[in-house]
Amino acid sequence: MKTTGTRRRAGSVISDMAIVMEHVSKSYTQGVPALNDVTLHINKGEFVFIVGDSGSGKSTLIKLLLRELLPTSGRVIVNGTDVIRLRRRQIPKFRRSLGVVFQDFRLLKDRNVYENVAFAQRIIQKPNREIRKNVPSILSTVGLAGKYKARPKQLSGGEQQRVALARALVNKPQILLADEPTGNLDPKNSWDIMNLLEKINNNGTTVLVVTHNREIVNAMQKRVITMKKGIIVSDEEKGGYIDED
Amino acid sequence: MRINTLFYCIWQGIRNIFKNKWFTLASVATISACLFLFGLFYSILTNFQHMVRNAEQGLCVSALLDAGMSDERVAEIRGMIVLRTEVSQVEYVSAEETWMQFAEENNFGDISIFTENPLEDCAHFDIYLNDVSMQSTLVSYLESIEGVRKVNQSFLTAQALTGVNAIIGYVSIGIIVILFLVSIFLISNTVSIGISVRKEEIQIMKYIGATDFFTRAPFVIEGMVIGVIGSFIPLIGVYFIYNEAMMYVVKRFPSLSQLLAFLPVETVFTNLVPVCIGLGVGIGFIGSFTTVRKHLSV
Repeated sequence: MKTTGTRRRAGSVISDMAIVMEHVSKSYTQGVPALNDVTLHINKGEFVFIVGDSGSGKSTLIKLLLRELLPTSGRVIVNGTDVIRLRRRQIPKFRRSLGVVFQDFRLLKDRNVYENVAFAQRIIQKPNREIRKNVPSILSTVGLAGKYKARPKQLSGGEQQRVALARALVNKPQILLADEPTGNLDPKNSWDIMNLLEKINNNGTTVLVVTHNREIVNAMQKRVITMKKGIIVSDEEKGGYIDED
Repeated sequence: MRINTLFYCIWQGIRNIFKNKWFTLASVATISACLFLFGLFYSILTNFQHMVRNAEQGLCVSALLDAGMSDERVAEIRGMIVLRTEVSQVEYVSAEETWMQFAEENNFGDISIFTENPLEDCAHFDIYLNDVSMQSTLVSYLESIEGVRKVNQSFLTAQALTGVNAIIGYVSIGIIVILFLVSIFLISNTVSIGISVRKEEIQIMKYIGATDFFTRAPFVIEGMVIGVIGSFIPLIGVYFIYNEAMMYVVKRFPSLSQLLAFLPVETVFTNLVPVCIGLGVGIGFIGSFTTVRKHLSV
């Protein structure tokens, strides 16, 4: 088991990093902490898998990066922003610099594909003429140009995840956080989504994927951070899925 | 904020009303029911107050003057009384008028047989008050005027009317406060259930980076529009019921028409319409604003 990733990046300048977590712990109650003294550095433009069993702290890590939670101790810096120091009213603007994709897609069910993607642009108050230009463009990137009028329930799981991806990407975020993006998809759709994520990464976006998908992790040969009981037990370049046993 | 963002929020709020039909129906029904009761009580209490005020205005204090008082002195005393703020109207009744009135009321027939006016010392002022509770103050003042020999007052009637007025005031406040609290409770529960169902939608908006204002605005607009609709329905209902009830009482009990002087529906609605709409909009605003706030901490 190697832990080279963190050590290798220790000397890097923080402003060059997409994500910096230093000695981060998070406890919900008096029991075992969900994260325990986690230190993690992710460079801009990296593609990183975070793997681990249920309860290993992956979701807590994502929630800390989204500033949904605050750490009990330690420092979390995302895109150069110290998320702990963010005031409540600054959180929306901070989140707009991130793209987020969830396992359950989290689309607005009453709106069609176009409106789901346009919603992210409306939040940042883009003029309508720009929305009309940007949304079809991103929908064609994810291969859904012909389905812009469809409602989420009329789409397959893979298509819904593409809509979620389009929504996450339309504002051109610097970091894309994907929490189990293939968890509800069949193998073919899973690969389609992963290929899209790789393509997005090749265009310069930092991609952080939390997943259980052993086959994909082993095949893609990206950096893999393995977590167990709130601790990073492995951080490997071109790593693979490590079994708990 | 861009104008198209504002229009977007308004459009989403209006769209939500049609999208969540059952929630809209439940909220409108709750607001309507509460405001309907409010409207009915308001109409009844306003009429009661109007009737009591009528009775008050018919009540007068009589200041009897010394016999043989000169016209100048009568005019002087009248001028003094008119200046009092609690006085609404002063009528002078001469001794002759008093005698004729008395004779007529008691069916004396031909009064020319009387060589002298038996009520020579009964010239008086009938004084009507603005506020019957000020009667004793006025009486004390009148008794202090030189030339006023006696003051007749309806102390018990005045006291009773003052009491009734106070009771109506307290009952009105009590009923309105209770109805308002019940309305807030029922409506916030209905809104709460409706919005809780859409908790996920709020969370998605927040994850994407929507501000609290952007997330909340459509819900608040929806709440306010529901409030407006919910206030118009009971107003229409109260309008028709009021008119029907008024006509029924007037036809069925014509002898009571003097006592039961109803206010015209337009007079009642001059205050009731803005109050009901204000309450509906306010309740819709407060209900949706506070309920959405619970789900904004994402």
